[in-house]
Amino acid sequence: MKSIYNILVAFVLVSTFSLVSSCKKDDNTPKGNGPVTLHFDNRFGADDLVLGTTYTNQAGEQLAISTFNYYVSNIVLVKEDGGEYVVPKDECYHLVREGVDSTYELELENVPAGNYNTLKFIIGVDSLKNASPVSERTGDLDVATTASDMYWTWNSGYIFYKIEGTSPAAPYDSMMGASMFYYHIGGYGGYSSATINNIRNVTISASESAIVGEGKNPEIHIFADAKEVFDSPSLLSIAAHPGVMFAPFSTTISDNYKDMFTINHIHND
Amino acid sequence: MKYFLFITVGLIMLVSACKKEKNTASIEMYQPSNFPPAVYNFSTNPVTADGFELGRRLFYETKLSRNNTISCGSCHQQFAAFSHSGHIVSHGIDDLLGKRNAPAVMNMAWSYDFFWDGGVHSLDLVPPNPIKNPVEMDEQFSVVLDKLRATTEYPALFKKAFGSEEINSVRFMQALSQYMNRLVSANSRYDKFVRNEGGTLSAQELEGRDIFNNKCSGCHGTDLFTDRGFHNNGIQSSVTDSGRYLVTLDPTDIGRFKTPSLRNIEKTAPYMHSGKFPTLQSVLDHYSQGVHSTPTLDSALIVNGQPGIPMSSDEKAKIIAFLLTLTDNDFITDPRFSE
Repeated sequence: MKSIYNILVAFVLVSTFSLVSSCKKDDNTPKGNGPVTLHFDNRFGADDLVLGTTYTNQAGEQLAISTFNYYVSNIVLVKEDGGEYVVPKDECYHLVREGVDSTYELELENVPAGNYNTLKFIIGVDSLKNASPVSERTGDLDVATTASDMYWTWNSGYIFYKIEGTSPAAPYDSMMGASMFYYHIGGYGGYSSATINNIRNVTISASESAIVGEGKNPEIHIFADAKEVFDSPSLLSIAAHPGVMFAPFSTTISDNYKDMFTINHIHND
Repeated sequence: MKYFLFITVGLIMLVSACKKEKNTASIEMYQPSNFPPAVYNFSTNPVTADGFELGRRLFYETKLSRNNTISCGSCHQQFAAFSHSGHIVSHGIDDLLGKRNAPAVMNMAWSYDFFWDGGVHSLDLVPPNPIKNPVEMDEQFSVVLDKLRATTEYPALFKKAFGSEEINSVRFMQALSQYMNRLVSANSRYDKFVRNEGGTLSAQELEGRDIFNNKCSGCHGTDLFTDRGFHNNGIQSSVTDSGRYLVTLDPTDIGRFKTPSLRNIEKTAPYMHSGKFPTLQSVLDHYSQGVHSTPTLDSALIVNGQPGIPMSSDEKAKIIAFLLTLTDNDFITDPRFSE
């Protein structure tokens, strides 16, 4: 008899507990977690960036872009009230490659519900990842495939930003049969000796918010303006600097491209 | 005569059978007692028998090059302690010439950084360099992986080494590291002497050792015979190759290059990053009389206000006698490392 009583008590306790915890669950469900899509839209000033199209930079030089690639990583979403969601690092190393549609979108999963109006990230790949074991260099960081033209083998490190093209302002390259300009910008500060650091932090905000939660699917539409690298804070002339790679002047270029991102609009459909 | 031949053949078979047995049993990584601790992070990539074997195959695989003619072993020959015997700089694909002397591949697990300028900080990240270099193998890394996937043997070798047939960049680089890490050279007569394993040094060699310790060990210290640092040793009268500066952009690094180990130095001629000196005699003559004074010249190479390390010809002969005791014949003939 006593044992039946015990079982009954246990049953009541267990069911009460599960009732309470399911109630709790119900309380939270309306918000939950949801995805956020970051859409990168490359521009040249007021125009959509199209490879091979002729544009004019701030120095008045004509140019046509053949390559425009950059890494973003270490993404943080910031709510209207200032609360931050740090996206797990390994979910957000992302290479945007103009001309390859599949690289324009980065979908972040399981973002806690909230109204997010600010985005923080770095242009480039952080120093820790640059120094990490090869087993942690997969996906967009795979040096054999996706990253193969965005990685310096001879001076181990990722190229953060790469723009190449032709311009009458550049010297004629008889090997290539064209007047080429190229900026390959990388440098994470050095492994054993300090050197240049072209990692740049970006913070961009919108007047509206991405509403995140279960059942929601917002998209943050980001403009990346390739013209910005020629404009400010330093005027960059192709004639003066037709080719820049791992060199002290590269920091001038990264200071310019730091400002190339804006949030243009947000979809909350 | 026939009888003699029979015994000889029998002996060879016996020896090779013994060696074979030794192969599988003793391939694991080890720490020679007279070396400082290894610096490679083995927790991320331990040396296994199957990983080593895959790495060995890849090291001698010409599919790594665009036209399937060049392997790692083409310019890193075992009999030359995995340097390129007799080559000032190496000729890679289509006989194109490199710009620096091919360094010896040995004791890699004790190296902090790789290549003459130290631009690569992990052994795992070394292989993409020769593969992608237009004057070495001139191939896309992804194409190399595709070529290996298309073979009958490599998927099985990757499965043995890593548990599945998947061929990817991480496994490729880790397998090559397993092989290269295991290229440990620590069995010279000198080693057997310092470890009291029955090796002896002559009076001349011992004198040479004392002179060496006095005049050379500042940079070539420890039983690795390198401080693993970067120095300008005055071999360029005006700097045409900036060396370490290209990696750090630090003006004090202009003309600095990594100190090479002197192990197996008898086998790794010609010497220096530029392959400038064909003999050990010419190297020592440089240090006594030929050092060029440029702004970043190492202070150890300025003695009494003059560039260079004073050495008599007798002292040089003794130093060379000592250096020849660093030849590790076991290493350069070990069949486990061979093609």
